[in-house]
Amino acid sequence: MAQFLIRRLISLGLTLLLAALVVFVVLEILPGDPARLMLGLEAREDTVQALREQMGLNRPVVERFLLWIGGLATGDLGVSYTYSVPVADLVAARLPVTLPLAVMALVLALVLALPAGIWAASRRGQAADTGLMALTQVGIAIPNFWFAMLLVFVFAVTLRWVPSGGFPGWEAGVGPALTALMLPAVALALPQAAILTRVMRSALIDTLGEDYVRTARAKGLSQRAALWGHALRNALIPVLTILGLQFAFLITGTIIIENVFYLPGIGRLIFQAITQRDLIVVKSVVVLLVALVILVTFLVEIAYAIADPRLRRRT
Amino acid sequence: MHTRGSHLRAAALAGLSVLALLGAGPAEAAKTSVTLGVRLEPPHLDPTAGAAAAIDEVVFINLFEGLTQVDRDGTVKPVLAESWTISPDGKTYTFKLRSGVTFHDGTAFDAEDVKFSLERGKAADSANAQKARFEQIESVEVLGPTEVRVTLTQPVGDFLIFLGTGDAVMVAPETAAGNKAQPVGTGPFRFGQWVQGDKVELSRSPAYWGTPVKLETATFKVIADNAAAFSAMMAGDVDGFPIYNAPENLPQFAADPRFAVVVGTTEGETILSTNNARAPFSNLKVRQAIAHAIDRKALIDGAMFGYGTPIGTHFAPHHPAYRDLTGTYPYDLDKARALLAEAGYPDGFKATLKLPPPTYARRGGEILASDLKKIGIELELIPLEWAQWLEQVFKGKDYDLSIVSHTEANDINIYARDDYYFNYNNPELKALMARLDATSDEAARTALYGEAQEIITRDAVNGFLFQLAKTGVWDARLKGLWENAPVQANDLTGVYWED
Repeated sequence: MAQFLIRRLISLGLTLLLAALVVFVVLEILPGDPARLMLGLEAREDTVQALREQMGLNRPVVERFLLWIGGLATGDLGVSYTYSVPVADLVAARLPVTLPLAVMALVLALVLALPAGIWAASRRGQAADTGLMALTQVGIAIPNFWFAMLLVFVFAVTLRWVPSGGFPGWEAGVGPALTALMLPAVALALPQAAILTRVMRSALIDTLGEDYVRTARAKGLSQRAALWGHALRNALIPVLTILGLQFAFLITGTIIIENVFYLPGIGRLIFQAITQRDLIVVKSVVVLLVALVILVTFLVEIAYAIADPRLRRRT
Repeated sequence: MHTRGSHLRAAALAGLSVLALLGAGPAEAAKTSVTLGVRLEPPHLDPTAGAAAAIDEVVFINLFEGLTQVDRDGTVKPVLAESWTISPDGKTYTFKLRSGVTFHDGTAFDAEDVKFSLERGKAADSANAQKARFEQIESVEVLGPTEVRVTLTQPVGDFLIFLGTGDAVMVAPETAAGNKAQPVGTGPFRFGQWVQGDKVELSRSPAYWGTPVKLETATFKVIADNAAAFSAMMAGDVDGFPIYNAPENLPQFAADPRFAVVVGTTEGETILSTNNARAPFSNLKVRQAIAHAIDRKALIDGAMFGYGTPIGTHFAPHHPAYRDLTGTYPYDLDKARALLAEAGYPDGFKATLKLPPPTYARRGGEILASDLKKIGIELELIPLEWAQWLEQVFKGKDYDLSIVSHTEANDINIYARDDYYFNYNNPELKALMARLDATSDEAARTALYGEAQEIITRDAVNGFLFQLAKTGVWDARLKGLWENAPVQANDLTGVYWED
């Protein structure tokens, strides 16, 4: 296990470094001078150059890459061009919005999907199963920004139960903060729940057809006991895989959802940073997210390895 | 299995009832605060260090003040300067400053601060977007605590107007460097807090030198998405949008008695920018043909839902010196085709139209393309982001046509500028602009402005489309917001709630 961990950690580090390089190069190619964008139509070239100098944009590319990557390694994410504050502070201010939102969405998706998937699998082929599968198809097809707007229209504009968006901050209390995150979390969770339901259902159906379940049934276990006692645990592995993958989608999903609900989170930070050519923010936050996704994938792999020792040798 | 089903149902019901409970909001109290939506977040809060209109829209006039101010009717009024005299040659301005004015940090405002503020704008490391205007200042002399003399390198006819813009506000040497994050000005509001990505809060300054404002606090909430802006208004989460960007929603607001829809004018001349140096647009007849082929009324209806005023030249219709030249090139396709044939393009030609993100450009581009197709000009539409647009079109001058709104006030002088992205070069206009700078007599200036408008119309430098409307929507009980936008600001000094 120790050797497995070390190998995984090294490849993790290399992946991260490569990702950082790709992000840097892509943003170098991206057209648009941040300094020019900040100064607008009337500014003269010398003013733009003065600002470029202040922003450190006139240094050679390699030097800038090394400075940046060195900073990242020591936890220094650089200073935002537009806000002139450390990127780390921006991220720290935005995480208390995005993280709870993502966790809420993930939990909600699981809470909806696992029972629904089990229920459908246990009624395979019946009307309830067919109906639920049709519903999940809709859930997957609906873009979450559209669903988000629908939620706002119903619960904020028409019923006026919740605000249409915005975030009061945790200092306003847990109640108002959670209220503000509720609709966005539902909007984020639903398409994920739809996918997870389908995965849960088919994984369970697959395992129910496995030899060991048949053996258990032959030994006199009821269908239900075989499902809960034997099939479910194994069926959770593909669900876990999808969950790991979905985490990345969840993060990109927040970019859209945070715009629809004007939440000051990480997603909105990236979106704004791209439009304002605040490249240092884009670079650092994207690498941070890549690191997060890699980490989650890593944790999922460890979970596999624990669940099934055979997997340790395969990598 | 049945029991699990009812658990699910119970959970769903519990969820809904929690939603319902949380919906019971606080009762409305007598309001002394206002929450206004803005589309773009200011990158920082220092109006002297950036061109972003979003900065001025939050802090200018409210938090920072200048020596003068362009008032809501476009006239210049005294603010931190109580009065002034101008030397006969138009080069020396002597300002008498208001006394008893303090900055929000408690330090006094005096002539030294004026000297500091103006010299800071033209310093070598100045990042002021209007640095060129500051370089017109030769020297600033302190004559006494409340008296200051500003000498210009040459007469500048609109110097007092310039002093009334956000770029020329008064700042203190002790705090200027920190203004991006902790702005300190002399205005009726002082800085509260800025939750980045979310909102900027201002509160009433207790030590304000002038009439105290009625509002205790004002919040500018950043809502970029049009759909989100609509629901925020409808749900009552914001009190208004001084500038509302989706004209298609306005009829719906207008039909709702809760809201007031207020349409005014801006300084934004929306034009079909034309690369005058690139064939075939270097040919006057081609440009005139295009001018004849633009159906401005249809464009305003189609792209802006009817909000906007047709223009025939690069000048704001509300300006006293405006000349209505919309009749110079009436919509006439036969005339347009004839001009094209005369220019040597009887079958038209192909060109590109590069479009920045705003709705007026994207929608306007499609309509224009179909207009020009009628006379054989095939346009390829190329949508660009702002950064790309600035790089390719504005800086690189790599374009045939573009659509953009020029929102700077009194900016007809860009047509006399060397190396500007229109690639238009006319010595006659340059000479005229030089004379305009040397003239401070109002009547003479009006005449010169008129001549300048006619020259650029005659040369059909660009396709002149429409003046951008300032469409705002706010709570019908909210009073005192500006209808027009002669400067980029959301002046809250006169804003209050009607009982």
